[in-house]
Amino acid sequence: MSGLTDPRGTSGLTDPRGTSGVTGRRPAPVIPGVRSELGPPGPLAGLPTRFARRAGNAGGVGESVLRPDGVLKVTGEFAFSSDLWHEHMLWGHLLRSTVAHAEILSVDVSEALATPGVHAVLTYDDLPTEVRHYGLEIQDTPVLAHGRIRHHGEPIAAVAADHPEIARRAAAKIKVEYRELPLITDEASATAPDAVLIHEDRTDHHAPHVPHPNVVHRQPIVRGDVEEAAARADFVVRGEYEFGMQDQAFLGPESGMAVPAEDGGVDLYVATQWLHADLRQIAPVLGLPEDKVRMTLAGVGGAFGGREDLSMQIHACLLALRTGRPVKMVFNRYESFFGHVHRHPARLVYEHGATKDGKLTHVRARIVLDGGAYASSSPAVVGNAASLGVGPYEVDAVEVEALALYTNNPPCGAMRGFGAVQACFAYEAQMDRLADAVGMDRVEFRQRNAMTQGSVLPTGQVVDAPAPVAELLRRVKELPLPEERPWETGTGAVDVRALPGGLSNTSHGEGVVRGVGYAVGIKNVGFSEGFDDYSTARVRLEAAGGEAVASVHTAMAEVGQGGVTVHAQIARTELGVSQVTIHPADTRVGSAGSTSASRQTYVTGGAVKRACELVRERVLELGRARFGATRPGWPADGSPDELRLEGGEVVAADGTVLASLAEILGDEAVEVETEWRHRPTEPFHRHTGQGDGHVQYSFAAHRAVVDVDVELGLVKVVELACAQDVGKAVNPLAVVGQIQGGSTQGLGVALMEEIVVDRATGLVRNPSFTDYLIPTILDTPPMPVEVLELADDNAPYGLRGAGEAPTLSSTPAILAAVRAATGRDLRRAPVRPEHLTDG
Amino acid sequence: MEFLRPAGWEEALAAKAEYPDAVPLAGGTDLMVELNFGHRRPERLLDLGRIAELKEWETDGDSVRLGAGVPYTRIMEGLRRELPGLALASHTVASPQIRHRGGVGGNLGTASPAGDAHPALLAAGAEVEAVSARGTRLIPIDDFYLGPKRNALAPDELIRAVRVRRADGPQQYAKVGTRNAMVIAVCAFGLALHPQTRSVRTGIGSAAPTPVRAREAEEFLGGVLEEERCWESGRVVPPAAARHFADLCAAACSPIDDVRGTAAYRRRAVGVLARRTLGWAWEEYRGSARATEGAA
Repeated sequence: MSGLTDPRGTSGLTDPRGTSGVTGRRPAPVIPGVRSELGPPGPLAGLPTRFARRAGNAGGVGESVLRPDGVLKVTGEFAFSSDLWHEHMLWGHLLRSTVAHAEILSVDVSEALATPGVHAVLTYDDLPTEVRHYGLEIQDTPVLAHGRIRHHGEPIAAVAADHPEIARRAAAKIKVEYRELPLITDEASATAPDAVLIHEDRTDHHAPHVPHPNVVHRQPIVRGDVEEAAARADFVVRGEYEFGMQDQAFLGPESGMAVPAEDGGVDLYVATQWLHADLRQIAPVLGLPEDKVRMTLAGVGGAFGGREDLSMQIHACLLALRTGRPVKMVFNRYESFFGHVHRHPARLVYEHGATKDGKLTHVRARIVLDGGAYASSSPAVVGNAASLGVGPYEVDAVEVEALALYTNNPPCGAMRGFGAVQACFAYEAQMDRLADAVGMDRVEFRQRNAMTQGSVLPTGQVVDAPAPVAELLRRVKELPLPEERPWETGTGAVDVRALPGGLSNTSHGEGVVRGVGYAVGIKNVGFSEGFDDYSTARVRLEAAGGEAVASVHTAMAEVGQGGVTVHAQIARTELGVSQVTIHPADTRVGSAGSTSASRQTYVTGGAVKRACELVRERVLELGRARFGATRPGWPADGSPDELRLEGGEVVAADGTVLASLAEILGDEAVEVETEWRHRPTEPFHRHTGQGDGHVQYSFAAHRAVVDVDVELGLVKVVELACAQDVGKAVNPLAVVGQIQGGSTQGLGVALMEEIVVDRATGLVRNPSFTDYLIPTILDTPPMPVEVLELADDNAPYGLRGAGEAPTLSSTPAILAAVRAATGRDLRRAPVRPEHLTDG
Repeated sequence: MEFLRPAGWEEALAAKAEYPDAVPLAGGTDLMVELNFGHRRPERLLDLGRIAELKEWETDGDSVRLGAGVPYTRIMEGLRRELPGLALASHTVASPQIRHRGGVGGNLGTASPAGDAHPALLAAGAEVEAVSARGTRLIPIDDFYLGPKRNALAPDELIRAVRVRRADGPQQYAKVGTRNAMVIAVCAFGLALHPQTRSVRTGIGSAAPTPVRAREAEEFLGGVLEEERCWESGRVVPPAAARHFADLCAAACSPIDDVRGTAAYRRRAVGVLARRTLGWAWEEYRGSARATEGAA
């Protein structure tokens, strides 16, 4: 705890072993980074009664156990990474480029360095080792710019000072001389014969196979004879679509604190999505072995993919090691727009064909993703866009090509939905147009072509788990429709809150037309294409105060998804205890993989379950050794499956209590650490895209009901219904929360969310919440949710990753509804008021 | 940075006289954003937060003297009858938190074309009470806005209040934004019927370098209402006249393309808002208006 204090002296939260001693400003039980007890759930106050169900061990799998951080976040008491505090700490700040593409002629830090209160100013030349770049898949990102700027807002220098404002003002005194270079902004400029190369001398493993060095990665998917199939088509529709750049807009900006240690290492407390991936990128730049960079997860304010890449981690560590002082860094909202990657904007060209009885003949698609200046996870996003580019439909003849460009636009990478979102927007628009061409109901047309268990994907992979695509569509369609003209109160008065524009009072019903739209999507779960995607869990069972208590230690980043709640539920179910301690996530335990790809409940949940099973085996062995001879009912040697752990006791099949866990354990603790993997995948073939590339699929369908003021182009989403198969709802309330949150993020990009980049300068025009709009609660409609639980036998408890699928189909469903209301052929998301009123 | 914190109005005027460069701080909803973004680093701030009379209003016969610091929340709640256009505009300001802090003094001081109060003040025909150690003057709202974020205040003047005639007829206000709440105006429109003077006044926000009136539209409509004896008869405004009024309002705009919207959209939307608000206000004047729930 040395030197770590609470600025208001009110904390009182410490790690009992003094090893993870960062405390938040306010008492905040059960957050990552703070050890605390997860007791059995109390009465579920304020919950819909249908969630308050119990089965087996109380607070176990299948119950809507309340998340421990929920109330704290709502009341503002949760300690986020931006609340970290250390006596004698310095504040770090980055100088970022004001141009998008330039040669750096000189950087003069002398005036900044001479500023009183400034302790260090670092540039590329100050980096301590030869490893000066990082990256998730391709190490192409300089820690600090070297000789060249490739996008607006690229870090050039890092400053440490006594006060954040001193650091900011000092950074402003750094003189950077630029020679601007021509901009690469799109496919034409990127692949022109004389195009400037964004990265010269590429050595990454995709480089030998791309058509142009400004293409990060390209993945074709070829299946069947498309020429022949197209000839059989009675109807063909072609369309070009455009998808804007969405921001994750997590509410807690990038932040953390690096504390130099006496052994020459550094302790880093940070909000991230994957501690061990950060560690692998940080340690070589610092010139430290990985065990000298000790990372602990600090309170995370949302992620959605935007924390997969490093932000301030290396800079804070460098400044801390240089100054010998703890260094805190917090981006403000403006900087946050430059501090993380965004969702790839995309241009998509599709051709769909169908016979007159409504069967798809073929799909041709070309998906061009703008990866921006650095690769981030663009190659994997390309793999997803290509392999999921046809959607949840059976099509025998497919030609898809997806690629990501290097440009001078902001770098793009992971965001909820990860390549599947852009494709779903386009293929669902195509499905509507094709249904209309065939003359079929749009939902029925989708159902006729829907994949089912046993269907073969364009990659050749067989879908071997339930795929209830048609059923999900049926469910959203059968939900009752919301009432028409909801603003009419019956007394002749108008409630403007129920109208597009709301209290802005733009309409009292004039010009308002209703529209309804449907869409369905498919998302992969877990890391794909042969990646060794595993998680580690350490579970300990011991007796305390006459009761068996479990503790679970993983490096899983709790970013708001509810993983800590789920881990306690799994431990209760598997070990029959009520008290579960969730240990802070840190790098003293093995990797838990990324909190992304809808994978944490599946994979780290699977690891916790497996570790619990191993603990259970050892406890039963211990019990048999202690009591097997003296108490009847213990199986002689094997068949421990007959025994249950319930209510802190070992119970035989006939209900006889054989022993309490506490008396079996006595003074001993049983502890197991284990790695757990989902079944392996394989890479997609480089030319044909064939291969069992994905682990699991997740499906959701939406029905959107909108009211559009067709004269002003203002849209009110009246209702956004979703049906999703989650395999098993481990925590039903959390599942509904994921579905509603994902649907809302899809609503945002349908109607308002877009980072606007000036084409002439490459500069971001709206890096603020004033002009980057996200839905407010008044833009967020009622969202009825239908949850299906068709088990996937390959997954723990049969569960299916749930977090991303609802983000996919929400956007095209809303666009379809707006098209229905306006009669306009909208090819772009987000749709803006002028798109609905021009011409 | 020097932080001046006068305890009373006279002290504030003295401070402003001594330090004309001191930037007044009232609700802070504009200024603090500017400071936080580093767009401004004033040498001195003049905090008006302790001056109680700025947060009060008085009604005197047919006019309201609205303190510059009366928060929008209180305008919405307390002045719906007297200042209906401004009360409707107050509803559209940002979020509840901001409406609890911000008031018209800040809007006028910043003089952004996107300030939500301006179209309502223009339509109502307000006067700005500008005070300095030298004395008090009343600036007609029509003369107040000089350019983008420039107003007619002298360096040593502070805004004490706005004086607005109590509404003598229906007033309307509508604002277009890209989401349904908490949004900066893409454009806004205020309209007030003044039966006592048989005149119509308008105000347009976010569609020109300053908030503007659509004078030609006002004169045209005034003429039609007079000619057709609509004020007396309460007859419906002829649809062709309403359309032409809307077209003239659109023509009064000189908007730009920016990240919030295009010039063409703004012009079109102002026309739609002009036609609709005229319809609502005239219906109310005719005595058959439908009440508007949820709004003011």
